[in-house]
Amino acid sequence: MKHVQTLNNANLKNSAKHGGCGECQTSCQSACKTSCTVANQKCEQAN
Amino acid sequence: MIHKYKQLGLNIVMDVYSGAVHVVDDVMFDMLDYILEPFMPESECPEYIKEGLKDEYSAEEIEESYAEICALVSAGQLFTDDCYADIATNWNKQSVVKALCLHVAHDCNLRCKYCFADTGEFHGGRSLMSAEVGKKAIDFVINNSGSRRNIEIDYFGGEPLMNFEVVKEITEYAKEQGKLHDKNFRFTITTNGILLNDDIMDYINENMSNVVLSIDGTKETNDKVRYRVDGSGSYDTIVPKFQKIAESRNQDNYYVRGTFTAYNVDFAKDVIHLADLGFKQTSVEPVVAPESEDYALTEAHVEKVCAEYDKLTDEYVKRYDEGRGFNFFHFMVDLDQGPCAIKRLSGCGAGHEYLAVTPEGDIYPCHQFVGNTDFKMGNVSEGKIDENIKNHFERSNVYTKEKCSNCFAKFYCSGGCSANAYNFNKDINKPYELACEFQKKRLECAIAIEAHKKLSK
Repeated sequence: MKHVQTLNNANLKNSAKHGGCGECQTSCQSACKTSCTVANQKCEQAN
Repeated sequence: MIHKYKQLGLNIVMDVYSGAVHVVDDVMFDMLDYILEPFMPESECPEYIKEGLKDEYSAEEIEESYAEICALVSAGQLFTDDCYADIATNWNKQSVVKALCLHVAHDCNLRCKYCFADTGEFHGGRSLMSAEVGKKAIDFVINNSGSRRNIEIDYFGGEPLMNFEVVKEITEYAKEQGKLHDKNFRFTITTNGILLNDDIMDYINENMSNVVLSIDGTKETNDKVRYRVDGSGSYDTIVPKFQKIAESRNQDNYYVRGTFTAYNVDFAKDVIHLADLGFKQTSVEPVVAPESEDYALTEAHVEKVCAEYDKLTDEYVKRYDEGRGFNFFHFMVDLDQGPCAIKRLSGCGAGHEYLAVTPEGDIYPCHQFVGNTDFKMGNVSEGKIDENIKNHFERSNVYTKEKCSNCFAKFYCSGGCSANAYNFNKDINKPYELACEFQKKRLECAIAIEAHKKLSK
């Protein structure tokens, strides 16, 4: 493609089918305690 | 749904429902203004788009860009449909408890001006958790975590180091019980650092996967709001201790964590100050307070706060490029292997997966609800929790929050903090809008930074 660079694999839809194991960290425990930020969390299934 | 914006000299396009992030040139960026959803690809670029762009771009550029937009749509990376509404409608989470915030001390040796915990008392008097209550909390989470293996315990307060012998006793008990019940306990502790010493640091480093160190920035910023009972500031005492523990953890698995208020809306300088002190893991967050407080952030501060996030973004990228980068918690976003859609829909898990326990063993949906007896869910000695409150929180997700429906950030913040929503709007499904404004800005910055990093590799 000449006019666009795609930065990631768009896998959110797939993760809706296979995700939800719940082993990941609770977002509020990491640092925030006053907001809700989930997108910086790691998936426990990720390599 | 897409969201497009310019930052760090890049034209960024987010496709909300697939999670795809694109960097595009000017012709495609401008062309996207002409396209309405649902997008129906045509064999060549429609006349009204050509007409609109003809003064700025060549016919060839316009056709190429249109064809590439069609290709992205066909690959499921642009104008992707919302496939999550059904999941949310049929939401039946059956969640188990996987994290506890243990309030081991409802007491504190500081009197921080903005403390949501009522300077440690949580509106209920000063008290310390006994080891017996702590152990019952461990039993409670083991018994209510189902087949979940990873369990988190956060030692919180007040100031947990005021009850550190009990912290150690609970930790040793959890490790022992974890082995018996095949549970992997991960411990974190949040401290103001006043009582930190070498022995405590050694124990924390051996046992805690994360440590959150409270400091707000420069000495002036910090000491104006984080002071002792006698009014003296905490900065000079805590900085050397925090530097030592950060180094002893190899500058990883910790955060120096601050709060900015109306007193330091120019908070970028405070974040940079923390970086200049050598800290590589930083987090500085907006205070959450009623407008009646003079330190509270309000709508009137939004423009200035957003400009500070921009300023911080520029310096953050500059330092990254120079090989002296650092992490800022709210600028960290994983575009490749971040959390699954289910996690993004449901958020922090407060009230069903994540619970707070007071020194007396009382259970609340999270640390921010502690003291509001309407939300008391039970006691660890009873071994069970109020199912009505649990279900109320469990059912809440991005799709039960009307205000989130057209927001591009919804899968990054999961609809925001339930406690903030309740405290400002008396409904966990009505997000606190000031936090939304900041969240959207931070997300734009975070994605621009990630784009810059990827493209500069």
